[in-house]
Amino acid sequence: MNTVGAALAAAVGFAAVAAAAGMWLPLRARVPVAGACTAALGAAGLAAGVAALGGRTWSADLPDLLPLAGVHLAVDALSGVFMAVAGAVVLAVGVYGIGYAGGHDLSSRGVQAVLPGFALTLILVPAAASVSTFLALWELMALTSLALVVAEHRQRSAVREAGLWYAVMTHMGLVLLLVGLAWFAAGAGGESFPALRAGAAAMSPTARNSVFVLAGLGFASKAGMVPLHAWLPRAHPEAPSHVSALMSAAMVNLGVYGIIRLGLDLLGGGPRWWWWLVLATGAVSAVYGILQAAVATDLKRLLAYSTSENLGLVLVGVGAAGMFNAAGDRPLAALALAAALLHTVNHAAFKALLFCAAGSVLHATGLRDLDKLGGLRARMPVTAGLFAVAALGAVALPPGNGFTSEWLLLQALMHGLAVPGVSTAIVLPVAVAAIALSAGLAAAVFVKALGVGFFARPRSTQAAGAHESPPTMLAGMGLLALACAALALAPGALAPGLVRAGAAAGLSDVRPVSGEGLQLRLTQVSGSLWPLWIAGALAVMMAAVSGLTRGLSRRRRRTQARLWDCGGGAPTPRMAYTATSFAEPLQRVFDDVLAPEQDVDVTPVRESAYLVERVRFHSRVPDRIEHRLYRPVLNGLSNLGIAARRLATGSVHAYLGYGFCTLVTLLVVLAVMQ
Amino acid sequence: MSGAGAAAVVAQVVGVIAGAPLLAGLMRQVRARMEGRAGAGVGQPWRDLRKLLRKEPITAAGTGPAFRLAPLLLVDTTAVVAALVPLASTDTPVSDRADLIVVVAVLALGTVVLALAGLDTGTAFGGMGASREMTVAALVEPTILLSVFALSIPSGSTNLAAIVSGAVDDPARLASPAGLLAAAALAVAVLAETGRLPVDNPSTHLELTMIHEAMTLEYSGPDLALVELGAQMRLTVLLGLLVSLFAPWGIATTASWGALALALVLLAVKVTVLGAVLAAAEVFWAKVRLFRVPELLAGSFLLALLAVAASFFLNGK
Repeated sequence: MNTVGAALAAAVGFAAVAAAAGMWLPLRARVPVAGACTAALGAAGLAAGVAALGGRTWSADLPDLLPLAGVHLAVDALSGVFMAVAGAVVLAVGVYGIGYAGGHDLSSRGVQAVLPGFALTLILVPAAASVSTFLALWELMALTSLALVVAEHRQRSAVREAGLWYAVMTHMGLVLLLVGLAWFAAGAGGESFPALRAGAAAMSPTARNSVFVLAGLGFASKAGMVPLHAWLPRAHPEAPSHVSALMSAAMVNLGVYGIIRLGLDLLGGGPRWWWWLVLATGAVSAVYGILQAAVATDLKRLLAYSTSENLGLVLVGVGAAGMFNAAGDRPLAALALAAALLHTVNHAAFKALLFCAAGSVLHATGLRDLDKLGGLRARMPVTAGLFAVAALGAVALPPGNGFTSEWLLLQALMHGLAVPGVSTAIVLPVAVAAIALSAGLAAAVFVKALGVGFFARPRSTQAAGAHESPPTMLAGMGLLALACAALALAPGALAPGLVRAGAAAGLSDVRPVSGEGLQLRLTQVSGSLWPLWIAGALAVMMAAVSGLTRGLSRRRRRTQARLWDCGGGAPTPRMAYTATSFAEPLQRVFDDVLAPEQDVDVTPVRESAYLVERVRFHSRVPDRIEHRLYRPVLNGLSNLGIAARRLATGSVHAYLGYGFCTLVTLLVVLAVMQ
Repeated sequence: MSGAGAAAVVAQVVGVIAGAPLLAGLMRQVRARMEGRAGAGVGQPWRDLRKLLRKEPITAAGTGPAFRLAPLLLVDTTAVVAALVPLASTDTPVSDRADLIVVVAVLALGTVVLALAGLDTGTAFGGMGASREMTVAALVEPTILLSVFALSIPSGSTNLAAIVSGAVDDPARLASPAGLLAAAALAVAVLAETGRLPVDNPSTHLELTMIHEAMTLEYSGPDLALVELGAQMRLTVLLGLLVSLFAPWGIATTASWGALALALVLLAVKVTVLGAVLAAAEVFWAKVRLFRVPELLAGSFLLALLAVAASFFLNGK
């Protein structure tokens, strides 16, 4: 048993201790002990992932653990990426959860015992090496996360609705996965991953296509891709914030892992159209997700839609990688995959921090509605600063961490034009435009979240009474902020690991990207990025500008003055721009896509129709895809149920009649078929 | 890594800082003369900056660090871009770091910071300006990156020095359909990014039509001086970038002192001419309504898309 195996065993041990502590310890000791053990479990997962990224592989067969099939585990560098990400997020969230769970429903035995289980499955799913092990862990992950999503169901009815959506959609996804992977295992003549790899080539193209599309849909729904994203903007806001962080930063990634593992590794590439499909899904999700985030006013809902966007960008990279691979340009494919994996890592770092910061705001004010927040900069300065760090990563501008991976992704796509085929000449520019539009809109989204949510003055009494979070929550967020800073300044350190992950996915062991000192250099095509240098140049120039201005100005003492009020008295917080008003121009520009709903109710005075007593204005932007796609299906299903009720009249004669008719029909069918 | 290369970087930064107010003054003067006014003279923006720097620094009540740091960061980001972009020479110590995507992103950072400062004031105008600015910035982004894409195709790199020196060696590239389309697309994007007509009116005093000015309404004294200088520098750098990309003749491709001196003079002349032409054109343009701006930007996006397609299909690949 090497480092990876030892670390995974330690993770399982810590998970067991944490779950036991959550179940049996008294309230006062329960939360800190379970939290500390969860953090240790995360650290062990991180260690296992980092060791795997360093080139160590590990596998184990535990035939007695699961009846019939047994448990097969194998860890390579590709698993390592997702394992390390999940481990790091669990580590930070474990620490954060100690402060966050104190007090309410979240410190209950159930929640405290289930959380380590969920954390453990996040780390173990990428280690699964057979269909049955994978599906068992996948389902365990879905069930534990479902239990955590509904943890606060006593407080808000919306939680129950979100839980229902999540339960149904995640199980629909499971059915697709089950069908796809079982078909694969049947066709390949074995259910362990090595057997699948060996047998994939002999399968008929139809079978391979069906397996990829079916299982791919299941994975895409886990990754929150449009149009299978409907659970995400419900479950993420309603789950407790540290669970949202785990789901958004670690769980959705596993959908991406599944697509890479299945498509590139197990099925060995496949035709181009698979990857066009992946790329198109990613691009549409990126733009649609960020547009919905732009008009969202619920902070956590905004972050959830931004997850859809970022995972969309990741899938653009994965799709491009598969496409280049199918076209035979393996170094470029490895570059695109490295970009996608790096964006997964970056997204996990900043999104976990954003959800934790949103949780701090919720903890301090009880509010998620940006229109009612504001003024938190002065009241919770550390949280506001940490949110700003994460937001800088999310807007993909230097010196934030998101910029590096989006730069890599753009480089891969721009150099992809060298790949022959007219379709590349059309699809790649459109993909670049989609990335650019989503990056531009992301800037607007996070300016809104930070500027309206944290700056200016409080728009409600709850926001005015906000207080800074307890130290454990700040420590958890501090860890994530450190990760963001490290990823932003020295992404080159990850380059060897990402190259190994690409090789593990069956692409190429040519190093497409290398981190030499301060720069991130593309080795196969020309291009280099100097993240630390950019940050340093900005800092030096800032000092120079600041010094020069101070030197040149005559009077240096700052004084305060009232805001300009047009002579009409001091402006009140009611006059400040809210999140809704901030998003209004974008909402108007993208009117046709978003289809906002507006109602104006005018109630006239009873005596005269011309005198208005009351005007009510109501505006909302429903998720259009949900509205158009899910509503009809749901309505149809419930109508079917209502119609079917007419069959059950309560008369025994009728039921006997049904049985008789069915039997006769079956006999007739059988007779005809033979 | 020669003395002349390092001198080119310093000259670019100093030149942009010193020249930006003069360019703004020149553009105002051209406009004034064409409208039949005498004008305040080319040096007026410099005199304004000196006056503002002497005033007392005043912070609006209730604002935080974002409000105070934004003017500094605006000048900071633009100065870094002035150092990176090969305005005078393509052979500088930083030319291998001058990635076009990085340049665009650093400039966008300035926009974002100023929008945050607008929201930080908590006034209606600040929010209004921030909201409009971010909307325009979001919609410009696809045009810019697709133009970058189109420009990077001939040289196979997004490095600015490679693109510019490639164009110097092979001027036919610039006159190709792809080059012309990308130039047109990028020109519209620059107008939107710098808040010129027809997207935004830099000299408006009617709050409801403002974009950039509404965000900076609360600034005064030295802070206002920095905001104005930052905006003027952005215009200068972006015009300089257009000149370098689409009319690079005379730019120093080796680190020699003679070539650098000539390049600096030529750069000044070219940017002056471009600025004067822009100012003259603006006299005949009206600002379009805010909600017509997306149509303009969609047009420029289409041009950029055509530029990429043209460079693919016409290069016979």
